[in-house]
Amino acid sequence: MSDAISQPDKPESLPETAEGSKDLFSKFDPLIKQREDLLGSGFEDPFGLVMERVLSPVTAICNGRETILLGTYNYMGMTFDPDVIASGQAALADFGSGTTGSRVLNGTYVGHKETEKALCEFYGMDHAMVFSTGYQANLGIISTIAGKGDYIVLDIDSHASIWDGCALGNAEVVPFKHNDLEAMEKRLRRIPEGAGKLVVLEGVYSMLGDIAPLKEMIAIAKKYDAMILVDEAHSMGFIGPNGRGVAEDQGVLDDVDFVIGTFSKSVGTVGGFCVSNHPKFEIMRLVCRPYVFTASLPPSVVATATTSIRKLMDAGDKREHLWANSKRLHKGLKDLGFTLGTEEPESAIIAVIMPDLERGAGMWEALLKEGLYVNLARPPATPAGMTLLRCSLCAEHSEEQVGQILTMFEAAGKKTGII
Amino acid sequence: MDREETKSRIDALIEPFNKKGVTVTEDTTFAGDLEWDSLTVMDFVAAIEDEFDIIITMNQQAEIENYGQLIDAVTKLRG
Repeated sequence: MSDAISQPDKPESLPETAEGSKDLFSKFDPLIKQREDLLGSGFEDPFGLVMERVLSPVTAICNGRETILLGTYNYMGMTFDPDVIASGQAALADFGSGTTGSRVLNGTYVGHKETEKALCEFYGMDHAMVFSTGYQANLGIISTIAGKGDYIVLDIDSHASIWDGCALGNAEVVPFKHNDLEAMEKRLRRIPEGAGKLVVLEGVYSMLGDIAPLKEMIAIAKKYDAMILVDEAHSMGFIGPNGRGVAEDQGVLDDVDFVIGTFSKSVGTVGGFCVSNHPKFEIMRLVCRPYVFTASLPPSVVATATTSIRKLMDAGDKREHLWANSKRLHKGLKDLGFTLGTEEPESAIIAVIMPDLERGAGMWEALLKEGLYVNLARPPATPAGMTLLRCSLCAEHSEEQVGQILTMFEAAGKKTGII
Repeated sequence: MDREETKSRIDALIEPFNKKGVTVTEDTTFAGDLEWDSLTVMDFVAAIEDEFDIIITMNQQAEIENYGQLIDAVTKLRG
């Protein structure tokens, strides 16, 4: 019956293939048709955008037009930081273009250790493990620590990498309604005595940009002796006094057993990590398959990550400007009459709720023609079947650009009849 | 636990979720016949879990396709 569940990022089951069909691709026919119908009605392909030139963290030439980027998760604008680029160039020259090996064989360079050291310092934790992507960090840690007979209790709006981590492992998976403390507690209470428990939460949920009540949730998880993993992918660098995320902001980071994060957002490159104070954490390097059976990150990537992480430790001004941008855009869009994912700005993500997929795609295209790129998010990746235009702000968006963005939203919204 | 008693309690629980007024038999499927979306499934599972104070894990849900299988599973989970 979970076949009917197509929650945010949870793997969608596809309709069964007709009897006797030999083409393994027939199961994708409904999706192919939906896509053809959408493109047939004259829309630009929302999922086929090409960045021809990237001018800065916040501007690019897309489909031939100069475009303001408002859907990149490049929250802190580190991608063109001169120090970050210089360290990457030096590592590329000194250590070559790639490691061609696993972290546990020939793929651990001094640069990987330096990144892990920078992460330990950034989070004030004892251990850090760098993965090749954020997706693999969730996949690896969740599937490895929760084994057969253990229970994973997770929010139904969890990211795809969390669901896939559950699917890769052998634990019993128990979802609860998004951010619902009572639903979470009931499930923890009903788990058989003696079973291992892992609670998986996110600081910021990326679809609507809302944050979790981690303080309350972690207190409940502790009451039932569960271990706690928090994905802080969308909060690193600008939420919390030291940019350590929502758990730090709510004063409960010390109670979190594992923090998962990524380099592909605020850090501005690619890669993922887990930081922890668990005394036995280092054994993960030998037993975590998505860590062992893949090549490590290229030396230039870990060098850029290290420089960026260290600069994020001291980025108070940028943080402040990012929050000012988020608050202004949220208020501006609300005043224009758009329906937003959160009543108040809770993160650097502002989700604009569209009436349906067709009008959402129309609005997305109208914005692109105005010179603005946002993410179009559609079911099944979105909660409750919503179509969203997801805006993620950057500390490098100028005040003037936020003003331009609002003007573009007004023009496109009126043109498409959304407002 | 008694299967008939379990069934009659689930019969009462499913009613508010059966918005299309489908005649529910043991062979009725959730995805196909009832055409439930994700939120409906989640809320219905939560209602059953609360009624019987049990957990139906995702792993167990994956094995349940029709109404009869659900009643069997809940009867078994009640022990």
